[in-house]
Amino acid sequence: MTSSRTSASQQRPPRRKRVVLADRRGERRVPRAIIDLEDQSSMGEAMVRGLVRAQLRTSLLLAGVSVLVLGGLPLLLRWVPVLSEIRLWSIPLPWLVLGVLPFPFILLIGYIATREAERHEREFAELVQR
Amino acid sequence: MLIAVGTFGLAVWGSRGARTTSDFLLARRMVGVERNAAAIAGEYLSAASFLGIAGLLLKDGIEALWYPIGYTAGYLALILFVAAPLRRSGAYTLPDFAQVRLDSGRVRTLATVLVVLIGWLYLVPQLQAAGVTLSTVTGISYAGGIVLVAIVVLVGVLSGGMHVVTLVQAFQYGVKLFAIAVPVFVLFFAFLGHDAQHRRGLDEPTSPVFERATTVHIETDVRLRVTRAVWVKVLSGPGPERLSGPVRQDEPTGGTVYLTPGMHSVSADSELRFPEGSAVPVVADAEPNNRAWLSPQDGDSYELFETYSLILSTFLGTMGLPHVLVRFYTNPTGHSARRTTLVVLGLLGLFYLFPTVLGVLSRFYVPQLLVTGETDAAVLLLPTAMLQGWPGELVGAITAAGAFAAFLSTSSGLVMSVSGVLFTDLLPGKLANFRLVALGSCILPAALAVIAIGRDISQSVGLAFAMAASTFFPLLVLGIWWRGLTAVGAMSGLVVGGGLVLLAVFTGAFLGDGYGWWSAVLLQPAAFTVPLAFAVTVLVSKLTSRGVPENTGRVMLRMHTPDRLGFTRDRSADHHAAEHDEPATVPNRSNGRHRLRGGRRRRR
Repeated sequence: MTSSRTSASQQRPPRRKRVVLADRRGERRVPRAIIDLEDQSSMGEAMVRGLVRAQLRTSLLLAGVSVLVLGGLPLLLRWVPVLSEIRLWSIPLPWLVLGVLPFPFILLIGYIATREAERHEREFAELVQR
Repeated sequence: MLIAVGTFGLAVWGSRGARTTSDFLLARRMVGVERNAAAIAGEYLSAASFLGIAGLLLKDGIEALWYPIGYTAGYLALILFVAAPLRRSGAYTLPDFAQVRLDSGRVRTLATVLVVLIGWLYLVPQLQAAGVTLSTVTGISYAGGIVLVAIVVLVGVLSGGMHVVTLVQAFQYGVKLFAIAVPVFVLFFAFLGHDAQHRRGLDEPTSPVFERATTVHIETDVRLRVTRAVWVKVLSGPGPERLSGPVRQDEPTGGTVYLTPGMHSVSADSELRFPEGSAVPVVADAEPNNRAWLSPQDGDSYELFETYSLILSTFLGTMGLPHVLVRFYTNPTGHSARRTTLVVLGLLGLFYLFPTVLGVLSRFYVPQLLVTGETDAAVLLLPTAMLQGWPGELVGAITAAGAFAAFLSTSSGLVMSVSGVLFTDLLPGKLANFRLVALGSCILPAALAVIAIGRDISQSVGLAFAMAASTFFPLLVLGIWWRGLTAVGAMSGLVVGGGLVLLAVFTGAFLGDGYGWWSAVLLQPAAFTVPLAFAVTVLVSKLTSRGVPENTGRVMLRMHTPDRLGFTRDRSADHHAAEHDEPATVPNRSNGRHRLRGGRRRRR
């Protein structure tokens, strides 16, 4: 705002003007929560702890699911030999289960993780900026 | 060769842009999500992925499929626990993270040492692969190939820095995907065109057979397991010797030998000729029985342990690889770091569908590699074995180019990050020092690779993963999610984890190849070392709970709050302000990241 006035003043002869460094009227009040966070008050601390806990819970849950599914495969294929007899398009099932399926599965978990983490962050930001 | 020229050209072309120190190391964090993801994937898909997986499949069968799964799942662990907070911590490298989080110079030094160690552990097999590929394709010596590739990498890194390397790496992902997908399609249709006897052959509990009479040249000493007796003609060299089970020599002058079932050893420089249709003797650690190779039930319980240990080390080790982590700092925000990782998951999943097919085909067409033990060359030799004439040679040239791209990109990324760490920690300041350090971190691994001739590529890579999982996984995950971590706790974890892995490695090297539980534990130590290192870190941190750094709350705040609130502190900005008089060298800092003061004044 002020910069456009100074550039305009270069072309015309200088004229007295009131210089406004900061317009108090237009400024929004800084959200209380941001000050809390900055000062690490107990309130801000509790908010961050809540966010971290929510994120960690989601991550651990998703990690648990993927460990159960992927980690269960070696045992499952070992102890249920019938699975190895099944064929799709003359390819044995274990090769499909280990060679193809894990990749879309991992991608899906990654997608859910990203979406959930972003949701937590959005909620936190809305809480803070209210 | 074309790839080397192409990489080199891109490097020179791209190096015109970047000049200042910070530009050089981090390419200003202005790389887009897709390009950065392609660069991460391109850098990550190393010789172990391009050559190693198919080689292991040829040897071990279905168990080897856990390698690509683990290599991909490592990035899932990154999304879940590390990517965004690590980026927001504002650290350049792992030692930087240790410093920011724990405020301790000693942890930083230790982390530096480990980063360099892991980088070198990972670099050695890449250069080995370079030696193998170049000597297979062009015929120059193994050591010559290593030196040549080391020089190409060094010139690439020195002339451009990270920005170029990002460009080159993104390009490399495309090259690798093309170089593996095209041969898979071509060879798969060639396979369908051949008669169906192969497919039946896999179901039978017998060893693979030679399609036609085959001459095999043995480069290093091997121990062969024979399951079905076979006649062999010894063309030159000492030939097979009995270890167990008799070798019957019918005509002493003609050099024809009858190998009975059992173990036999063959010394280097022997040349053997197998008649058409004879069973293939396999190296001692390979699976001789086709049916067992195909199905997951067979094998002892320690093999199950190996599988789980492998899953653990790859799942948790990826986050500790220096060349992977350094890429995350080229994302502008924590948010984009997470998205980048998601794209990487997709790119890797796509790539890893292909080596499996080549591994299976190589069981039919290049069984002679099971005799020499050089299964890593399977991808390179498969095209010419399956297709006669120029189509085979063309496809062979494509796979060779892909292999070249694989070890080139990974090794330049590693040299870049290792020397980046050494540079910021040991010899800060001028770019001339950076060049010196890059030179140093190229020469040593090259020398080690020359010495380590004949060792398995996948083995060394697995070791780097185990090392990374046992050291940096506890540091990163506890550092990001647990307020109670102390400097002493982190150091104990690093020492215990790293020390145990090194101990396993040296014991393994001392005892040599073996079977059973002991060698399984020594070869895949992660299942023990990772939980132990994690437990030690937690325990010692609890004992020294008075040593929790004072700024922990502030660092947690910075790492976990969303980018748009503006708590992220950026080290590069601070450095820039300190080093340069003109603040204009840091453009484009407004995309969602505001320093605290900026954030306060912002309107909704």
